[in-house]
Amino acid sequence: MTTVPAPRRSRRRVPSAPYLFILPYLLIFATFWAWPIVSSFLMSFRDSRLGATAPFGFANWSRLVGDEFFLTALRNTLLILVLQVPIMLTLATALAVALNSRLLKLRGLFRFAFFAPLVVGTVAYSAVFRLLFNSDFGMVNRGLTGLGLGPVDWLNQPGPAMAVIILAMTWRWTGYNAIILLAGLQGISEEVYEAAAIDGATPWQQFWKITLPLLRPTLLFCVVLSIIGTLQLFTEPALITNSGPGNATMTLGTYLYQQGFRSFNFGYASAIAYTVAALAAIFSAIQLRLFGRES
Amino acid sequence: MTVRRADSAAPAQVTAAQPGGMRAQRRAAAFWLHLALIPLALLFLAPLWLMLVFSTHPETAIFSPNPPLWFGGAFVENFRGLQADTNFLRTLANSVVIATLYTLLSMLLTSMGGYAFSKYAFPGRNLLFGLILATLTIPTFVTIIPQFILVARDLGLSNTYWAVVLPTLANTIGIFYMRQAFQTVPNDLLNAARIDGANEWRIFWQIALPIVRPALAALAILLFLASWNDYLWPLIVLTQKDSYTMPVALGTLVGLTRVSWGGIMVGTAIATIPFLILFLALQRLFVAGIAGGAVKD
Repeated sequence: MTTVPAPRRSRRRVPSAPYLFILPYLLIFATFWAWPIVSSFLMSFRDSRLGATAPFGFANWSRLVGDEFFLTALRNTLLILVLQVPIMLTLATALAVALNSRLLKLRGLFRFAFFAPLVVGTVAYSAVFRLLFNSDFGMVNRGLTGLGLGPVDWLNQPGPAMAVIILAMTWRWTGYNAIILLAGLQGISEEVYEAAAIDGATPWQQFWKITLPLLRPTLLFCVVLSIIGTLQLFTEPALITNSGPGNATMTLGTYLYQQGFRSFNFGYASAIAYTVAALAAIFSAIQLRLFGRES
Repeated sequence: MTVRRADSAAPAQVTAAQPGGMRAQRRAAAFWLHLALIPLALLFLAPLWLMLVFSTHPETAIFSPNPPLWFGGAFVENFRGLQADTNFLRTLANSVVIATLYTLLSMLLTSMGGYAFSKYAFPGRNLLFGLILATLTIPTFVTIIPQFILVARDLGLSNTYWAVVLPTLANTIGIFYMRQAFQTVPNDLLNAARIDGANEWRIFWQIALPIVRPALAALAILLFLASWNDYLWPLIVLTQKDSYTMPVALGTLVGLTRVSWGGIMVGTAIATIPFLILFLALQRLFVAGIAGGAVKD
């Protein structure tokens, strides 16, 4: 309860102190993050297999346009993006609202159920999903047969294989987004709802007229994060489906890995990496333009 | 609406004041809410449950016409198989060392940096922070190849702990998170310590850092978890079996068909159970950490 106005910024006694505090982080940041961003860009214009003296050119970039494997990977990644992100975020929003509801009993138990997947590593859950969706012996097909539905050859057909990847990602990441959305929901004043209820707004109207608009900045954050994450999808297609059947679930991530660390074609892999970065930037910009005006 | 906000009652009183029809409506809404959530919750828990159950059964039972839903007695046998296939204990030790090293170093670096950005005004601060923030939306894929060249070729660190730890220390979200945390530390307190003659490092280490301990704990959990579960980068820089982390070792098994699924489920269970228990105990910290800023996964 001091009446003396506090100084807005603490005064520096030793001018070097802030720089010394930042230096260790900055060294790592510059070496392992900032420089690689530049280096990767330069590399995408070189044929890395010719060595460091290779001339600059657009060979890697023009190869992308005609590479049917790349186009397949791009198409698959965008398909997963367009299907999985809306499914997951709709579910996450519904869950966040439900978990925030005063009508809900045993809230802790429900939170545990939906948030528990986020401590499971991608390799661990990929293994579990690969086992559960095994066409011959998997629990999922046993369940379907039990319900009188025929078994599905999940991992050996393009559509079902894609569905398994989408289901797996939704299982793993919905709770994570629900936590962020829940934090957003708790930032909305209770009074707004009470006032609306007194005015006769139904819960449904309250959701559309209050919750959703006020939650928009948080949702936007989730969308951008999910897009960047999905564009880098690697472990699930690598371990659940081996990018197959054929190349039906090959993603930009698995193709980049194949080009960079199986064929050691660093220049071409860098061009793929920068395609991912460009897509992430474009999608984020569109999101911000369409939905982020007031945030 | 704004006029009425002033006299709107506390939530409990609103409920009490509601007419009977409204109360019945709320009860119906609660019923449907639970009816929808209970099956969904079970569906979300099912893969975890089956992972635990399957880790205690031989492969023949997992693939039998009536797969088990309750624990069996083959855990030790499965573990032996896993150990023989992957030198699992070695990869477990590697994972523990790497995740611990990463967590401690990353906490130190990001809290030092976050402190400087939050508590000092200095030339170049906004530029540097802007630069760090600007790279936040750049996918990690972009850096992965130059990082590999740097670590594997130029520094010759392949198959070492440092190969895994060093590049991941450039954690941009961590520094943003710690900067936010230090904003809550009052400047008066730091200035008082200055007047008492404490040097800048001591002020950071003994005054500011203890105050942000809750944020630091939340960050530590998420950093450890991220490193523990990381797959792609260790897969790239670790090429010898004995240097593998647990996810890399498990990943090599999943693609094969010969290896027992019971063993793989033991591995995934051991990788997961400590965090499930930790999550049950420290749910608040997990949630606070994730809500406070997502850590690079």
